[in-house]
Amino acid sequence: MTVLTGRLQKIDRRETLRYLGYTKSVADMGGAQALIDGCEEEVLAVQDLKAVYSLFDISRGECLDLGFARTDSRDLAKYLQGCGRLALFAATAGSGIDRLIARYSRLSPARATVVQALGAALIEEWCDKVHASLMAQYGAIAARFSCGFGDLPLSLQRDIFSALDVTKKIGVTLSDDCFMTPTKSVTAIVGIKI
Amino acid sequence: MTFRQKLKKGIVLMDGGMGTMLQQLGLPLGALPEEWNITRPQVIEDIHSQYIAAGADVVYANTFGANCIKFGDRTEEVVRAGILCAKRAALGTGALVALDVGSLGKMLAPLGDLPFEEAVGIFKRTISAGVKAGADLVAIETMNDVYELKAAVVAAKEVCSLPVLATLVFGADGKTMTGTSPEAAVALLEGLRVDALGLNCSLAPAQMEGAVRRMLAVSSTPVVVKPNAGLPRDEGGKTVYSLGADDFARDIASLVKLGARVVGGCCGTTPEYIKKIKLALQGVEAKAVGRKNLTVVSSYTHARYFGAIPVLIGERINPTGKKRLKEALRSGDMAYILGEAVSQAEKGAHILDVNVGLPEIDEPAVLSACVSEIQAVTDLPLQIDTSDPAAMERAMRIYNGKPLVNSVNGKREVMDAIFPLVKKYGGTVIALTLDEEGIPPTAQGRTAIAKKIIREAVRYGIKKCDLIFDTLAMAVSADGTAAVAALESLSYIRHTLGCNTSLGVSNISFGLPNRDFINSTFFAMALARGLSAAIINPNSHEMIKTYKSFLALSGRDENCLGYIAYASSVTSSVTATAAQAQAAADDDLQGAIIKGLKARAAECAAQLLKDNAPLDVINAHIIPALDDVGDKFEKKTLFLPQLLMSAEAAGAAFDVIKGSFSGAAQSKKLKVVVATVKGDIHDIGKNIVKTLLINYGFTVFDLGRDVDPQKVADEVKRTGAQVCGLSALMTTTVQSMARTIELLREQCPDVKIVAGGAVMNAEYASAIGADVYCKDAMATVRYCEELEKLLS
Repeated sequence: MTVLTGRLQKIDRRETLRYLGYTKSVADMGGAQALIDGCEEEVLAVQDLKAVYSLFDISRGECLDLGFARTDSRDLAKYLQGCGRLALFAATAGSGIDRLIARYSRLSPARATVVQALGAALIEEWCDKVHASLMAQYGAIAARFSCGFGDLPLSLQRDIFSALDVTKKIGVTLSDDCFMTPTKSVTAIVGIKI
Repeated sequence: MTFRQKLKKGIVLMDGGMGTMLQQLGLPLGALPEEWNITRPQVIEDIHSQYIAAGADVVYANTFGANCIKFGDRTEEVVRAGILCAKRAALGTGALVALDVGSLGKMLAPLGDLPFEEAVGIFKRTISAGVKAGADLVAIETMNDVYELKAAVVAAKEVCSLPVLATLVFGADGKTMTGTSPEAAVALLEGLRVDALGLNCSLAPAQMEGAVRRMLAVSSTPVVVKPNAGLPRDEGGKTVYSLGADDFARDIASLVKLGARVVGGCCGTTPEYIKKIKLALQGVEAKAVGRKNLTVVSSYTHARYFGAIPVLIGERINPTGKKRLKEALRSGDMAYILGEAVSQAEKGAHILDVNVGLPEIDEPAVLSACVSEIQAVTDLPLQIDTSDPAAMERAMRIYNGKPLVNSVNGKREVMDAIFPLVKKYGGTVIALTLDEEGIPPTAQGRTAIAKKIIREAVRYGIKKCDLIFDTLAMAVSADGTAAVAALESLSYIRHTLGCNTSLGVSNISFGLPNRDFINSTFFAMALARGLSAAIINPNSHEMIKTYKSFLALSGRDENCLGYIAYASSVTSSVTATAAQAQAAADDDLQGAIIKGLKARAAECAAQLLKDNAPLDVINAHIIPALDDVGDKFEKKTLFLPQLLMSAEAAGAAFDVIKGSFSGAAQSKKLKVVVATVKGDIHDIGKNIVKTLLINYGFTVFDLGRDVDPQKVADEVKRTGAQVCGLSALMTTTVQSMARTIELLREQCPDVKIVAGGAVMNAEYASAIGADVYCKDAMATVRYCEELEKLLS
């Protein structure tokens, strides 16, 4: 099990705009540009990037044995075709962003929405970094797979949380409905070809 | 020897990791370690024995995750078995057994979905079982969130009188994950009167040094350190930790030399580590803890100390004499109250007073709701201000931090009601120098009451430093000696009794014109005599001017930098506002709303109201502007942030209009209930819908998120709403939306149901029985406008 921490200097603006529903037809962003700049500064100031990962051997019998849980998800089986191992990771951008969202959802819907989008872009970028390091170290493949994709049930989150001891290692918690807090958190499986 | 005796005597050596050991012994990944208390008790007992043989004075029972979320009805059995394993190992060795209480793995509301009281209940169940099985102490550990830690400590205090040891996880940045500083953690935990406090997990001992030093500097309670053996990494499929036993023990010894008194290990440490610590500590003297006598309050992020720099307490959230706030409290207009909180924070208040005392409201409910809402928008510590002990207790219980409590006085009845609460929940108390006889006219009379209050507080174990005396500023217009009496008693209490002081400054000018003149001069006089805190209006330029100047003049502002920054911000904000005004002056109300300029929109609305009826301003200016923005949004020539900025600008204009005419500003008949369905805590989309609907003049009742179906139906019945908007973001909560719709159909057959949210589409919505699917907030507005036409 390995724990990583990180810090980003800026947040991918194109991704952020995509989350905000920006299209080329928008004639003039007006004051929204300055609003996003201001929110980006706030989000970067409170980022607390952490991740934990571990490697598992895959075996195939009646159902797919992931090394930390079994599943009969066909979509995951397809994704893991040709893989003998997998890397399992959980990553978070920290609870500061949730605080900002809680704050602005009471004070300014515009800011709340922008912070939400920036947080989503930030956690994606952090996942990309974690993923890139798995690719570099173990030759992991370039796509990742998460609970809720295709037929992979959200309930697998419970197994992921105990396999990686996620709450203890990086402070992410899981609700009864398998939703994570801090909300800007991701868990994912990355296949490693034989 | 008991744990408390051991703590007093010297260094207490704890054990090391349990989980790491169990994995090495073949605990399958993902299996619950506590199961082994029952299935393989010998293994657990053996690990404890190894730690005791290594020199541990205390072992943590294998109960870290033994709570009813994971074990349900087996909780008691698992806890009992865990304690018994440890007790068997400890038998005859003198080692003590701690009930280990870990995080529940769920985030507490408001950030997560676990209510505070529910968390307290879950912890109580585990702790009761541990006490019954014979634990010697309760060790609450590995908490990322100080609020969850508070719930666990409150639970422990309510079920037993065993010693409590409480440790949090700190990051390398010196804060917990939820942003708590070491000083804030100490303030909260000392308030709750734990026996030892500190940090565990996550970091190596050397990385903890900064946070440990900060805790030691302010803590009068022994400090605990249980670090990890460095960082974990994968090595050939096995998890190994970066720090060996020798280095670990050496680094622990240096933390003990700094003053840590309770030490051990967390993840990655083994009996070998504990043995090495024992060796490294030979001949090392425990450092005395020492009373720090600090007067402090805290929020969930930081602590605020009284004494060196005078503290400003914002008085704006107190309905006395404030018509707009009274109205907001009666109508449940939280937005206005939160706006007051944020603006006082921006003006430089250090603490916010929260008083909601109105005869016709349910004060306990409203006060605690306000406290938790205000804590969601600002990280300033709060002063809980009420004369109702029930309201005080409820608010102190759910407050995330150590509050300032307003107030106690020399009356027996009040002391009997308030001091037990302070003893239980922690708090620094404002003590008014009055009693059954009233307010003594002389300084001598007031200081006599102060002494009486100190004596009584000590009986509850409340130290002098947890009292702040308010010597009562009374109207100088009624009594010419009022200011002198307040100042002389203040000076005596500050300098002779050595306690901190506070004043509600503006009372002094009651009945006089231009009250700020008198207030600011009295404020300056009081500061010069040793005032430690003042309840003032932070929006008052005169008061802030006096405060900043005083800091510079009294040598509390190095190189006058604070004063210079303040003074130049005053000039620059004047010029900047002028420049902005110039630039924006071209925009009329419509233009300001379209561009999303809040301040300008409010200004224009005020201007228009001089010659126009309020409804005309809404219909001729605001609605057309919103329509224009809505059209552009639908045509995608502007995007979501712009739509919302315009909505906020329109909202600012509405606020101005609301102030100018009685009755509702709503111009439409349609009423809408909105809610995010049960099980779903995502409410941004729902909030956007609400904002736009209000802007368009509809009356909106917002039930918030994670709302029970029956509550939705009840609200529709109560309000007579014609439309109910439901939002769901997750696939798992679509079912919950379906249940809500079913119930609405049964109980409120006439209501039109709008479904929305990320997982919805027209097909789904009709399948679960909604009247319509709206893809975004504008679509909801359009739908409601159609229905409105049918109504009129």
